[in-house]
Amino acid sequence: MIDAIGRPQSLLVLGGSSEIAQSIVAKMVPARCRTVILAGRVGPRLSAAADLARSAGAEVVETVAFDVTETANHVVFADDVFDRFGDIDVVLVAAGVLGDQSVDEHNPVAAAEVIATNFGGLASAMLAVTDRMRRQGHGRLVVLSSVAGQRARKANFIYGASKAGLDAFSQGLGDSLEGSGVRVMIVRPGFVVGRMTEGMDPAPFSTTPDAVADAVAHGIESGATVVYVPSVLRWVFAVMRHLPGWLWRRMPG
Amino acid sequence: MMRTRLGRQALLTGWGRTAPSSADVVHAVHPDVVDQAMRIAASEPSAGRGMIARGLGRSYGDAAQNAGGIVVDATWLDAIHHVDFENGLITVGAGVSLETLMERFVPMGWFVPVTPGTRMVTVGGAIAADIHGKNHHRDGSFCSHVTRMTLVTPTGSIELSAQSDPDLFWATAGGMGLTGVITDATLQMIPVGTSYMLVDTERATDLDDVMGKMVSGDDGYRYSVAWIDCQSTGSRLGRSVLTRGDHARLEDLPARLRQDPDKARAFHPRTLITVPITPPSGLLNPLTVGAFNELWFRKAPKHQTAKPHHMTGFFHPLDGVGSWNRLYGRKGFLQYQFVVADRYGETVRQVIERLTALKLASFLAVLKRFGPGDPGPLSFPMAGWTLALDLPVGYHLLDSLLDELDQLVMGVGGRIYLAKDSRVSPENFAAMYPRLDEWRAVRHRVDPDGLLRSDLGRRLGLCSDVNTEPGHLRPGPGTGQPAPKKKRAPAKKRALPTPIPPTERTSS
Ligand SMILES: Cc1cc2nc3c(=O)[nH]c(=O)nc-3n(C[C@H](O)[C@H](O)[C@H](O)COP(=O)(O)OP(=O)(O)OC[C@H]3O[C@@H](n4cnc5c(N)ncnc54)[C@H](O)[C@@H]3O)c2cc1C
Ligand SMILES: NC(=O)c1ccc[n+]([C@@H]2O[C@H](COP(=O)([O-])OP(=O)(O)OC[C@H]3O[C@@H](n4cnc5c(N)ncnc54)[C@H](OP(=O)(O)O)[C@@H]3O)[C@@H](O)[C@H]2O)c1
Repeated sequence: MIDAIGRPQSLLVLGGSSEIAQSIVAKMVPARCRTVILAGRVGPRLSAAADLARSAGAEVVETVAFDVTETANHVVFADDVFDRFGDIDVVLVAAGVLGDQSVDEHNPVAAAEVIATNFGGLASAMLAVTDRMRRQGHGRLVVLSSVAGQRARKANFIYGASKAGLDAFSQGLGDSLEGSGVRVMIVRPGFVVGRMTEGMDPAPFSTTPDAVADAVAHGIESGATVVYVPSVLRWVFAVMRHLPGWLWRRMPG
Repeated sequence: MMRTRLGRQALLTGWGRTAPSSADVVHAVHPDVVDQAMRIAASEPSAGRGMIARGLGRSYGDAAQNAGGIVVDATWLDAIHHVDFENGLITVGAGVSLETLMERFVPMGWFVPVTPGTRMVTVGGAIAADIHGKNHHRDGSFCSHVTRMTLVTPTGSIELSAQSDPDLFWATAGGMGLTGVITDATLQMIPVGTSYMLVDTERATDLDDVMGKMVSGDDGYRYSVAWIDCQSTGSRLGRSVLTRGDHARLEDLPARLRQDPDKARAFHPRTLITVPITPPSGLLNPLTVGAFNELWFRKAPKHQTAKPHHMTGFFHPLDGVGSWNRLYGRKGFLQYQFVVADRYGETVRQVIERLTALKLASFLAVLKRFGPGDPGPLSFPMAGWTLALDLPVGYHLLDSLLDELDQLVMGVGGRIYLAKDSRVSPENFAAMYPRLDEWRAVRHRVDPDGLLRSDLGRRLGLCSDVNTEPGHLRPGPGTGQPAPKKKRAPAKKRALPTPIPPTERTSS
C-alpha cells in the first residue's frame, strides 16, 4: 500500500532497464519499497538493473520478460505479475525509444516502430495493468512522457508525436479511472542527461535521472496528476505551445 | 452479479484524508447482511479481496478501508437492543455512535465509560481500537467496560466475553476489525448526576512542570489531559495547559442549573459550523498554527478550580466544527501518537525537541498519562506517557522525521497507536507489538482463510492477498477449474472466478 506520505511498498517497472527507472528504484527502495518487479527485454541490462535494486535493499526483486511491441502477451503478462506478487502499488511506465529522426524521417517502417513502441504498445500494456489495478482498488500509474509531446519539433517530431499520443492516452485513462482508487501521474521531463540522450547537446533546462526520481517521489506524495521536470518547464511550455508557427520552426535543435 | 448488487463502489479514506482506495461498500442494514457479505467474500478467496468493517471513519489512516474488496458500513447497526437502567448495562448495535449514547443516556444519568476526543465514533470502532480517554489512568480503556459482544467471523457468529473466550475477546480489543465484525455489544456505563464537569485548569511553564503536576496530582481526578504548545523552545519547551476534572453533581452547579435539573442533565450537542470545502493548500500552516497556539495558551486561565463546563466542551471541543479535517487541505494530515513507559518521560521531550527543531508546528499536541494496559496483544495503552501530534502531510522531511521518532519510541519499548497510524513500517510495527504472533494465532483460529482484510492490514503485513500455496491462485488442469484470468470481465463488474473448493484454500 502507498502510505499517507506517499511511500509505495511495491513497484512494477515496464522498461525495467531504463536509466531513469533505475534512479526511481534507487530512491524508492530505501523508502520502504520492498518489492521491485522489473519487466523488460531479457538481457544483461535488465539483470544489471535487478542487481542494483537488490543492492539498494529490496527484498523481492524479480525480472519478468516483457516486450512493449508484443501486445498479444500483455494481458497474460499483467495477470502473471499481479497473481504472483499480489498488490502493485506503483506501475512505472518507463519503456521508450528515441529513434533517430534524421534517418527515420526517410524510413517509414522505422518511424512506425517508434510510434508503435512509445504509443501503441504502451497503450496496450497500460490497459492490461490498469485492469488489474482497478480490481485491486488502489495504486498509481506513473507514465514517463516528455515535454517533446507538448509541441512537436521538426527535428524530433516522430518521437514527439509518439509522446503526445502516450500523454493524451494517459490523461484520458486517468480520467476514466476516477473513483477506482487508481490514479495516473504523467511525468514530462525535459532533456534528461543520460543514456538515451548520449552524444547529444543538452537542451536548455536539462535535468538528470535523479532529479526526475525526486519529482516522481514528490508527485506521488502530493497526488499530482502532471509533473514537469524541472518544474519551470510547465511555464516554459505554456508559452511554447502558443508561439506562432514561424517562430517555433526557428527553434534550435 | 451478487457482489455488485450488495454493495456500491466508493472511494474511502480515514479522517486524515490520505491514501484513498476504492471498495464495495455494503450497508449492514441488518446483522444478516454481515453474514451474507462474509459468505460472498468467502466464495471467491483468490480474486476476492476480503472484507472489513467500517464505523464512522474516525481512525486517521487506512484501518477502515479495504481496496478492491468489501467494506461493511456498520453504522447501520444502530439499534438500541436492551437497557438495564438499574445497573447501567446497555446493549446496542455496534454502529451506534458514542454521541447517540450520550444524547440518550446522559439525561438518564449514565455516561459512556470511555470517550475519545470526538463523540463521532461507533461502539464497534471503539472496541476494535480499544480506545482510551482522559480517564485511562483510572478506568482503563474501552474494552474493559465491554461485558459481551457478538462477533461475526468467517468461521461463525460468536457470543463473546472476556470470560467465554479471553483470547478472542482480547484479540478483538485493538484488533482493528481483523478478527471479525462486531454486530452488537453490551457496555457497562458509568453513573453521572449531570451533563456538566467540574474542571480545574492550570498553566504549566515547561515539560517538567506539567509532568510533575500530572504525576503528583492525576490520582485526584477522574479525567486529566494536557495540551502542549509545540512551538515553545528552550526553557519554555513543553509549556502547556493542564485540564483535569470530574463529573459535576447537581449540588456542585450554580443555582441557575441546580434549580433546573433537566437543563443540568441536557445533552444537545450542535455543530456550530462546518468547513464546506477543502482549501487546496490547507489553512493550518506554521503561521496560523503558531498564532493559534499562542492564543490558546494565553486564553487559558493561569489557575482556575472547580469551574463548571459542559461535557461537550470538556471532552469534544473539536466536534463543534464539522469536517475540520478539511482545513489541512488536499494532501491531508496524520496523527502521530505514541506511548512510552513512565520512566521514559525524556523521550517525550526528545520528540518535542525534534519537532521544534524542524519548526514543524503541531496544531494539536496532547499529553496524557496512562494507567496499566489491558491484556489485548494489540491494544495500545500501557502505563506511561502518551503524546499525540497532528501534522500536515506535505512537509518534505515528514517521512524521515517520523521514522526517527519511531526509533526513539521503539528504543525504549514504546509503541504507536494503530487507530491513528497511516505510515509506520511493518518491521517497526512488529517490533513495537512483540505479542503480534499471539494475536496472529487467534486470528488464524477464527479466520483461517484470511478473509478479513484491510488496507492497514496489507500495509503492515497482517493480512495478504497473495496465497503462497502453489496451485492455489491459478488452479491448473488438475483441479478442473479454469484459471481466473480466462474469466476476464469488464472493469467494475470485476471478474468472479469460479469458487475454489474449500479444501484448496490456504491461509494467508
Ligand atoms: C478528533 C479525534 C479525536 C480522537 N481522540 C481519540 C482519543 O482520545 N482516544 C482514542 O483512543 N482514540 C481517539 N480517536 C480515534 C478514534 O477513537 C478511533 O479511531 C475509533 O476507532 C474510531 O471509531 P470509528 O467508529 O470511526 O471507526 P472507523 O475509523 O470506521 O474504524 C476503525 C477500526 O475499527 C474497525 N471497526 C469499526 N467498526 C467495527 C465493527 N462493527 N466491528 C469490527 N471492527 C470495526 C475498523 O475495521 C477499523 O479497523 C480520535 C479520532 C479523532 C478523529
Ligand atoms: N532521456 C531523456 O532525455 C528523456 C526525456 C524525457 C522523457 N524520457 C522518457 O523516459 C523514459 C525512460 O528513458 P531513459 O532516459 O531511462 O532511457 P533508457 O535508459 O534508454 O530507457 C528506455 C527503456 O525502454 C526499454 N525499451 C525500449 N523498447 C522496448 C521494448 N520494445 N520492449 C520493452 N522495453 C523496451 C529499454 O529496454 P532495453 O534495455 O531492452 O533497450 C529501456 O529499458 C522513456 O520513455 C523516455 O522516452 C526520456
